[in-house]
Amino acid sequence: MTTGLYVQLLNLSAGGLLLAAVLVLWRRELTVIIRVFAAQGVALAGLVAVVAMHEGSPELAGVALGVLVLRAGVLPAVLRRALATNRSAAGGDVREVRPLVNVTASLLAAAVLTLLALAVSQPLVQLAPSPATQAVPIGMAVVLIGFFVLVTRRRAVSQLVGFLLMDNGITAVGFLTTAGIGLVVEVGVALDVLLAVLVLQVLTGRMREAFGGTDLDELRELHD
Amino acid sequence: MPEAMMTVAVTPLLAFLPVAVPAAGAIVHVIVGYRRGTVWVGTLSAAIVLLTSIVLAAQVIGNGMPVTVGGLLRVDALTAFMLIVIATVALLTAIATPAHLAAEIAAGRASARTAARYSALVQLFLAAMAAAVLAADLGVAWVAIEATTILTAFLVGLRRTRAAVEAAWKYVVICSAGIALALLGLVLLNYAAQQSGTGAGLDWARLVGAAPSLDPGVTRIAVVLLIVGFGTKAGLAPLHAWLPDAHSQAPAPVSALMSGVLLSVAFYAILRTKVIADIALGPGFTRALLIATALASLAVAASLLLAQRDYKRMLAYSSIEHMGLLALGAAAGGPAATAAVLLHVLGHGLVKSVLFLGAGHLLQSTSRIDDIRGLAASQPVLAGCLGVGVLALLGLPPFSIFASELGIARAGLGAGSAVLAWATAAALILVVVIAAALVNHTSRMLLGEPGDGAYRAETPGAARIGDTMTRTAPRLSRSTAAALLAGLLAAATLGITTGPLSALLDAAAHTLTGTP
Repeated sequence: MTTGLYVQLLNLSAGGLLLAAVLVLWRRELTVIIRVFAAQGVALAGLVAVVAMHEGSPELAGVALGVLVLRAGVLPAVLRRALATNRSAAGGDVREVRPLVNVTASLLAAAVLTLLALAVSQPLVQLAPSPATQAVPIGMAVVLIGFFVLVTRRRAVSQLVGFLLMDNGITAVGFLTTAGIGLVVEVGVALDVLLAVLVLQVLTGRMREAFGGTDLDELRELHD
Repeated sequence: MPEAMMTVAVTPLLAFLPVAVPAAGAIVHVIVGYRRGTVWVGTLSAAIVLLTSIVLAAQVIGNGMPVTVGGLLRVDALTAFMLIVIATVALLTAIATPAHLAAEIAAGRASARTAARYSALVQLFLAAMAAAVLAADLGVAWVAIEATTILTAFLVGLRRTRAAVEAAWKYVVICSAGIALALLGLVLLNYAAQQSGTGAGLDWARLVGAAPSLDPGVTRIAVVLLIVGFGTKAGLAPLHAWLPDAHSQAPAPVSALMSGVLLSVAFYAILRTKVIADIALGPGFTRALLIATALASLAVAASLLLAQRDYKRMLAYSSIEHMGLLALGAAAGGPAATAAVLLHVLGHGLVKSVLFLGAGHLLQSTSRIDDIRGLAASQPVLAGCLGVGVLALLGLPPFSIFASELGIARAGLGAGSAVLAWATAAALILVVVIAAALVNHTSRMLLGEPGDGAYRAETPGAARIGDTMTRTAPRLSRSTAAALLAGLLAAATLGITTGPLSALLDAAAHTLTGTP
């Protein structure tokens, strides 16, 4: 693969990653948000695949396949299941009705967070300038946007997506900086994320049983 | 020398036991269930792990070097000490658990099936904590710490009430997000290690060796993320909001384990990070971070304890206070302060688990402070344990928290840093405020006329119909009483003399400070 093509593909997949994160902020229908999240999984797998081709590493290509299956297949399916149980119970409980910060302000916040990510990542880029590390700020921006979704959205499923956006961003930073942090740790991390999401999916079910919905504003039992 | 040869072959196997034994215990509960024959499996497993940890500690001190198994496990003095803390608190809670489960089953809040699931999850939880402190690689330690969140999520939400589900949700979301920040920190640390050209990866011992050549800019970002991330799991401000909810909703033995050891296991990760950060960035950087988080945690605990109405939340906020004190001691650094921090971990683990186990006994009726009056008259043993436990928690002699708080305060005031000295002074004021609040709440529960709250323990008039009164706490079982007394006795003994533990504490402090 020529260097020019490598850089273009790398930037394309990294751009897709960021675009998907912003789309999550923009759209309100939870089904669409889940679809966007799956698309981001594809972009992330593409990014890992590009790095794998560049380094000529078949092991990394296998990891890319694993990323694709987990993040574009399994995790969106779990989210869809969490949503389906909600819908059947609450009759159309599928929109992010009143986010804590409205859509326009959220998009502005995303712009600010992206600039912040660029500023914070300067030492990371300077340590070893290369096409891959120059894309690291995008990974950081996705982490920050994910955190923003996590704190400002009020539906259980949107919070889950926020957590997973953070995780996608971290994975992207990992592969852009060092081509991974060791197979044992990576498999462990993937397993932990999957289990955490499954646990949260079960909890959304229980939340619906106990509260009659998954609006997190209803969580007001515990306070001082 | 046949004996020496045997030691060499056996020690690596021993290092696996603290993970393997609880895992086997979990399998037993999954297959056989919770019945008469398996009631004491948890106690047996904790006892075996405790023995193993003591043998490992003796080996590590005897050889003067860590036991390593491949690149996977590494037992140094700090690991051995943490294993002893985990196993001791696990043993105390395991002794009290059968009585707790029997009471829950009798009250119809649990069945043999949920009891089996509960026991299996607790065993896996212990295995995960042991794995976290045994791991040689910081990445593996991260995986194990995140696994504790997943395993305890169902324990927190076991009762499926609105409050329990809410607590479990907040717990998993906040802890997973916080710990994700720590993962990002590890990714960046790994990047810095790779660029340093030493090939260190995330193996802690090799990272310490490579620390002088780590890029300061990247390491700084990584360290902030690691301290905030693992600090979330350790219940340190600013991401502490999950702790009072989770600790007040979990079943009492689980609260004891979470407060007594899980917080410390997360704090252990911060201590390991600090070693690398201090070499790479100088001691000032982590010190400033830790002072800020320590004071914030103490301030949060003090402000929310003053008007607290729920005694399990009261104990939870007290845990935030003690984690703040640990952070302050770690900020002071140095061998004396570090040894005090480690002693504090053990002392707090013992006393807090006693208090949660005792409180859990009350919880089987009510959790509001106002509902409990005159416990001293109706249940003297329980009231005595709770009262003495709270006094121990406040740092009164002869208990070990007195010695460790004194050590932390002396190190903070005498470290030669003006900021640290002022921070320590502020912390001491907050500790006094917290002590006043705890004494006030506890004395209202223990003393006073038994009749003036809604909770009537077995006063003469009500004693005969005790069985029909739903709000009467069941009598303290012998095993629970034994666990409570043993915990307090151990804390008092440690306060008078640390005995053979001093060598281990010194060696562990040496691991963390690099000074003899």
